[in-house]
Amino acid sequence: MTEPVVRAEAVTKSFGHVRALRGVDLDVFPGEVVCLIGPSGSGKSTFLRCVNHLEKVDSGRLTVDGELVGYRRARGKLYELRESEICRRRADIGMVFQNFNLFPHLTVLQNLIEAPIQVRREPKAEAVERARSLLERVGLSDKERSHPAQLSGGQQQRVAIARALAMRPALMLFDEPTSALDPELVGEVLEVMRGLAADGMTMIVVTHEMGFARESADRVVFMADGVVVESGPPDELLRAPKHERTRAFLSKVLA
Amino acid sequence: MTLKILPSRRTGTVGLDEVVVPRRHPWRWLLAGLLLLLVVMIVEGLATNPAMRWDVVGDYLFAEPVLEGLLMTLRITVLAMLIGIVLGGILAVMRLSGNPVLLAVSLGYSALFRSIPVLVQLLFWFFLSAVLPKIGLGVPFGPVFVEAETNSLISRFGAALLGLGLAEAAYMAEIIRAGLLSVPRGQSEAAAALGMPPGKALRRIVLPQAMRFIVPPTGNQAISMLKMTSLVIAISLPDLLTSVQTIYARNFLQIPLLTVACFWYLVMTGVLSVGQYFLERRFGKGAST
Ligand SMILES: Nc1ncnc2c1ncn2[C@@H]1O[C@H](COP(=O)(O)OP(=O)(O)O)[C@@H](O)[C@H]1O
Ligand SMILES: [Mg+2]
Repeated sequence: MTEPVVRAEAVTKSFGHVRALRGVDLDVFPGEVVCLIGPSGSGKSTFLRCVNHLEKVDSGRLTVDGELVGYRRARGKLYELRESEICRRRADIGMVFQNFNLFPHLTVLQNLIEAPIQVRREPKAEAVERARSLLERVGLSDKERSHPAQLSGGQQQRVAIARALAMRPALMLFDEPTSALDPELVGEVLEVMRGLAADGMTMIVVTHEMGFARESADRVVFMADGVVVESGPPDELLRAPKHERTRAFLSKVLA
Repeated sequence: MTLKILPSRRTGTVGLDEVVVPRRHPWRWLLAGLLLLLVVMIVEGLATNPAMRWDVVGDYLFAEPVLEGLLMTLRITVLAMLIGIVLGGILAVMRLSGNPVLLAVSLGYSALFRSIPVLVQLLFWFFLSAVLPKIGLGVPFGPVFVEAETNSLISRFGAALLGLGLAEAAYMAEIIRAGLLSVPRGQSEAAAALGMPPGKALRRIVLPQAMRFIVPPTGNQAISMLKMTSLVIAISLPDLLTSVQTIYARNFLQIPLLTVACFWYLVMTGVLSVGQYFLERRFGKGAST
């Protein structure tokens, strides 16, 4: 049996009095596409942010590629990671945000080559070449000189996906990538994500797009109140949920 | 009910075929005329008044001590602003670092240096040499590694830079902090998610975007600084103002010599304002929305 890329065991995280995660258990295997669904405030974003070291886990075990998030094991002890080590691990995980968060002062091409050059120390020519092929893949070859503000939301999100891919991540995290888009622009972003899934990328996707979940996910995970309520293959979970909460949520989303 | 169509100022018609006569403003014109007349009278009076001694103004405008003073004023302005910007940047990052000790030090610094008049600070640094003949850097109660005579260390020039620069840092810290905070959190988060270390994210992602909020007020600070340098007359540093004062102390032609100083201050602030305009244009680009 292969090792999971992400393994969460009883992961908890609180913000003051708010218990965002109350013991999340979840495994994600290589090449798997997992869709995280659930009501707003159920801790989906917090979970993704923990995986990417943007939030610190309070208790439980969270490993990415077999390494404990936030710690390094040496001589039988756990050492809290230094900032530079955290950065190195984040570099291997791609993240796509709801609001794109492209760098507005850089052109599209510069957005894509910034991290490969600054973080990975790739030679510029190599980074540019790879950036161009990624832009072609997301269908935006003609926009490399544009600034983000000149692009539509759908185009910006596709650039953001390409920017994450430029770091050659082993895992991609998507936090509601289409929620900020006008309805007619959702399709082009999902199209890119479908392509990625078909290429075997390991993905965790927080989404309300049930069509995408049904079509592209290997597994759908329903979260509520900071725990995983149930998970299963899309047609099982979406068609015949076992839990009342899942049923209630789905009836609202699919209505 | 009838719908009224307001006349558009641009076309002067209501869109139908009636002609619209725009309102007239006779009082506006009258007032403007009177003010213009007043300005002409003042200028004419100053230009032709023999007490103004325009010949003296002309003689001293490019006199060597005046130009040397001008150079000194520019030098203090540039260096004091540089100290203010660099130290202000450090103080701003300390404020945002999340480290409570650094935060407290930064807040304490700003409170202290903003509470004391700059003139007092200038005098303080200047006279410090009298009280503290030596300044040393070393372990408390232990050996001293570096030692310097304050008399040579804090010369008039040094006192001017310290007095003006350290006070400026307190204001620049506030400007830079506000600029950094104006950049959405998502930007540093996206940089972090790409594996960029915080320092690099600050320099390459956040700071360039903060610039358009930092540059305009910094331009204003530079213009204020230029004028504030005249305070160094209190410690007899030969800047522009001190130089003309030295001259009129001998020949008693105060007004023409102060006019010379005014002329140069006007030219320098003018140049700075133009520079600020171009900087603003340069840093405003690509950052709409
Ligand atoms: N930085 C934060 N500070 C305080 N509370 C937070 C923070 N981030 C998330 N929360 C809280 O944690 C809970 C889970 O939030 P989140 O993970 O964003 O949910 P979801 O993404 O499923 O909508 C919510 O109650 C939210 O208000
Ligand atoms: Mg969320």
